[in-house]
Amino acid sequence: MDAKGLEEKAKVIRKHILESTCAAGSGHPGGSLSATEIVTVLYFHEMRHDPKNPKWEERDRFVLSKGHAAPLLYAALAESGYFPVETLKTLRKINSNLQGHPDMKSVPGVEASTGSLGQGLSIAVGMALGLKLQGKDSRVFCLIGDGESQEGQIWEAAMAASHYKLDNLTVFLDRNGLQIDGFTEKVMALEPLAEKWRSFGWDVQKINGNSITEVMNALKHKSDKPKIIIALTTKGKGVSFMENVPEWHGKAPDQKQLMEALEELK
Amino acid sequence: MTEMIATRNAYGETLAELGEKNEKIVVLDADLSGSTRTAFFAKKFPERFFDCGIAEANMMGIAAGLATTGLIPFASTFAVFATGRTYDQIRCSIAYPKLNVKICASHSGITVGEDGATHQALEDIALMRVLPNMTVIVPSDANQTRKAVRAIAEYDGPCYLRLGRPKVPVLEEQPFRIGKANVLREGTDCTVIACGHMVSKALEAADQSEYSIRVVNMHTIKPIDKDVIIESARMGPIVTVEEHSVIGGLGSAVAEVVSQHSPTRMKIMGVNDTFGRSGKPDELLSYYHLTTDDIIQSIKEVMR
Repeated sequence: MDAKGLEEKAKVIRKHILESTCAAGSGHPGGSLSATEIVTVLYFHEMRHDPKNPKWEERDRFVLSKGHAAPLLYAALAESGYFPVETLKTLRKINSNLQGHPDMKSVPGVEASTGSLGQGLSIAVGMALGLKLQGKDSRVFCLIGDGESQEGQIWEAAMAASHYKLDNLTVFLDRNGLQIDGFTEKVMALEPLAEKWRSFGWDVQKINGNSITEVMNALKHKSDKPKIIIALTTKGKGVSFMENVPEWHGKAPDQKQLMEALEELK
Repeated sequence: MTEMIATRNAYGETLAELGEKNEKIVVLDADLSGSTRTAFFAKKFPERFFDCGIAEANMMGIAAGLATTGLIPFASTFAVFATGRTYDQIRCSIAYPKLNVKICASHSGITVGEDGATHQALEDIALMRVLPNMTVIVPSDANQTRKAVRAIAEYDGPCYLRLGRPKVPVLEEQPFRIGKANVLREGTDCTVIACGHMVSKALEAADQSEYSIRVVNMHTIKPIDKDVIIESARMGPIVTVEEHSVIGGLGSAVAEVVSQHSPTRMKIMGVNDTFGRSGKPDELLSYYHLTTDDIIQSIKEVMR
């Protein structure tokens, strides 16, 4: 899909995020909207995957380490054809497969069960290591949050990825600057992030993570090191009253807010 | 003289053997490969051995990721670090998605010895047993460890294998099937249900007791063999023995079955809701009342 198509697809994904969290009455729209361009480019442009054959051995993998952005992952999977789009309305409901945080056992296309922050990157490291060991050229992509980077396990995994020279691993850091209690730099400062990752032996790029073309271009970059793309994003991106407002981390829009938000997306 | 072998040794040797037959087996350790005996595998198959350094949480996550690619990861470290330190990683990244990861922990219980409380896992069975999808195995001796390692390699799903540091008596060959307890002695008065090397002490106690004692090796704590427990409970009182806290381990697992299916008098022997301490393994077993004589005494108590 080209950049123009991806822009349109990102809009559709955003619509699903808002509608599904509204229908659920809870969930995490803010951090789903901030990473929408990243996940859209991965699923509809970059990754080798087959929705008809979710366990295809040669596929690229995507691990959503910041598992609370499940509405985003589910929207991308549904739009890809892993399951019907209508299912998105069952998010977080009893009897639904779409759990509040991703469960790899119940949703085709979900590659790891995540939600307890800090764990997904280690899983992605294991995947990249396992694929390499078995001579596969599949790649592993992982999306981590900036607040999540306060977990020590992220840095254990960072150390391991460069130690094992995992050039088949690419991480996106959704740098939206916010976490539940407020601005990351106030809660527990993370900067200088680029220097930290570089010193851990990673290839570091910094981009506007809400720009489809910048995400596409960053993925073209080659390196023999594990790669991290620090994606500067806006939490709640695309919905003016959600943008940069911490409370939209884990609050669903009501019907009226949904209508307003969808109007803005048009 | 009874032959003495540490279960961790049997683990390391068997793993290195299995590595030849099964290329899917990969091994991870957290800077303790000499002690956990994964070094045997590492020496033979360096390309399939990953030392994760002193970062146990990351090791569990890597193991989970390796399992998603069809490999069979065995992750080893001391039992305290393999369970308590990484509890949430095991819970969310391994047990919840039911990934095929084998957590094989050495240095369980007080017989770690001189290192003391910080290194003596007395809660690990409880922590692993409470996790859905987890299989929990505590082999009685070196022979059973060998069979258990082969069995969990064949089994598809998360397993916790509890191993120990000291050399412990090698018992007669027993069959091993996950979830099927071994009745090692038949008796008519009372049953002693034990796991790990407490089984050898239970056998000694049975030989020396004035009562006719049935001895059960409950090597699989989960899924537990209900039938053997119910059979034993119908016959008479039950004594359980484990090198673990009296809370949440083998004794609790047996009591859960007994209380719901066939109530009988019970005595749960283990470390009595306290931390361990430094000392020689045998001194510690005496200190915490886990000797053959203590078992004989407990049998008397429940038979009274």
